[in-house]
Amino acid sequence: MKRFAPFLLLVILILFPLLVRDDYHQHLMILVLMWVVIGAGWNVIAGYTGQVSFGDAAFFGTGAYTAGLFATKLGISPWWAMAAGGVAAMAVAFPFGWICFRLRGAYFALATLALNEVMRHIATIWEDLTGGMVGILIIQTFVSKVPYYYIALALAVAAVIGVQAVMGSKWGYYFVSIREDQDAAESLGIDTHLYKMISLNIAAFLTGMAGSLYMNYMGFIDPEVVFSLHDISIMAILVGIVGGVGTVYGPVVGAFIMVAVHEFFRTGFFGFFKGLAALTGSQAITTLAKYVMQAHVLGFGILVVVVILVLPNGIVGDWKKITGWLPLGGGRRSAA
Amino acid sequence: MRFFEVKNLVKYFGGLAAVNDVSFEVKEGEIFGLIGPNGSGKTTIFNLISNFHSPTSGSVLFKGRDITGLKTHRICKARIARTFQVVKPLGRMTVLDNVVAAAFSRAKTKHEARDLAMETLEFCGLAHRKDMLAKSLPIGERKRLEITRAMATLPELLLLDETAAGLNPSELVEAIDLIRKIREKGVTIIIVEHIMKVIMTISDRIHAINFGRTIAEGTPGEVANHPAVIEAYLGEAYARG
Repeated sequence: MKRFAPFLLLVILILFPLLVRDDYHQHLMILVLMWVVIGAGWNVIAGYTGQVSFGDAAFFGTGAYTAGLFATKLGISPWWAMAAGGVAAMAVAFPFGWICFRLRGAYFALATLALNEVMRHIATIWEDLTGGMVGILIIQTFVSKVPYYYIALALAVAAVIGVQAVMGSKWGYYFVSIREDQDAAESLGIDTHLYKMISLNIAAFLTGMAGSLYMNYMGFIDPEVVFSLHDISIMAILVGIVGGVGTVYGPVVGAFIMVAVHEFFRTGFFGFFKGLAALTGSQAITTLAKYVMQAHVLGFGILVVVVILVLPNGIVGDWKKITGWLPLGGGRRSAA
Repeated sequence: MRFFEVKNLVKYFGGLAAVNDVSFEVKEGEIFGLIGPNGSGKTTIFNLISNFHSPTSGSVLFKGRDITGLKTHRICKARIARTFQVVKPLGRMTVLDNVVAAAFSRAKTKHEARDLAMETLEFCGLAHRKDMLAKSLPIGERKRLEITRAMATLPELLLLDETAAGLNPSELVEAIDLIRKIREKGVTIIIVEHIMKVIMTISDRIHAINFGRTIAEGTPGEVANHPAVIEAYLGEAYARG
């Protein structure tokens, strides 16, 4: 069963837009697939290589702006920017990694946080190029969501398969060795600086591609959206942690859950509070609804605390533990 | 051409001379012991050779080549491998994967790396543990894993840092056997050890240091009876007899 789960999921995902025709759910699924790509990238550098990044938005935003600038400044189709966005994100990652990989652990994480903010400020201040706070607006290619859905699906599948292939190779062994003990890795002939660079650039490429996809799909970006610390960088970490750090399918599971949680808060518990306010006509509940909808970051925080306490290896990493809680799984475990 | 040589090695940590003008030469194929009381600078010398710390002055020569200041992973590629006194297993990887990661420094393909890793595991007597996570090994086998990993990089010179510390008597005998087996394979060994029984039995020559300085060098018998060594270990009263 476990072996066929990915194939089954893939079949369901391919059929999804044919079965579910409303725009809203298709939109959510496109976001999920985009987050699979970002989560897969974060998982390579942070999950497997152990270099925690708080700055994925720097790569995401760079990819998004590359697509936007392709359309507005060069007049080239922003779809070409899918690859170019990834490369542009690598161009940011390269000098950053070169300098900052001499930092270890929390200090590297702080540097990525700084990169996030630096990139956001550049996009805000450099008005001639980026339009500053006004952002960039482009005309979307398709009216229907279905083409975007399949592009996002292709990207997500390629990201997961690509990461799986990398992790099965020499690079994968080296990434995990660096995570487990950098000094030991170095003494075993692993050029830790070089392989951390490779890992970061893989992550940046995937995240940049996701950014380009976002620009193409949404048609509008501004610095606060695509370089957002809590909506992009922190969300990427949550996708990774909730799904399972250092597991192939962790980002897939994490993306589903985090987009759902995000949406849950954004819509005020799927309209529960709005309905309640309309029903009772209470001003207090209307105000409460507003706060709840803005409290998604708080919700994320609580979720992370719970996941780290209960499932430190994430849902995929601790899957055995979860099945152990179910009556069926418990029986199987005691039989084994 | 000399096989391996350390020349006038000096390392200051702030104002403290951890290693102060130490020179020695190791011949190809021998087991060379490095002894000294706690804090005398033995591990620092290893860290200087593998360039975890760069020396304040002095040089390290390997087969006629000056390798001082070469990056740590390049020292490994130059065929000098080391183990750590405080073992550093790649905890959440299996024993086999630990060794495969090391074998990749010589092997071109994953297949070759696995073969080399399995061969090395058999040689070091750890093959039965290959599917265990490294962090779940008992200390004796963690020490053995350190040696196995180092051997998988196919070294010509192996630096062993207190591989016998913390082992029980039967493990100690096995460790001595393994070190002899490695030497028979043609690997030259420099060994740091506190357990005199081990170092006196297996070393061809011994270099003794105290407070970062050389106090004696010679065969195990010569060094054991050297007044400066007795003084360093047992105090001045014993040295005077």
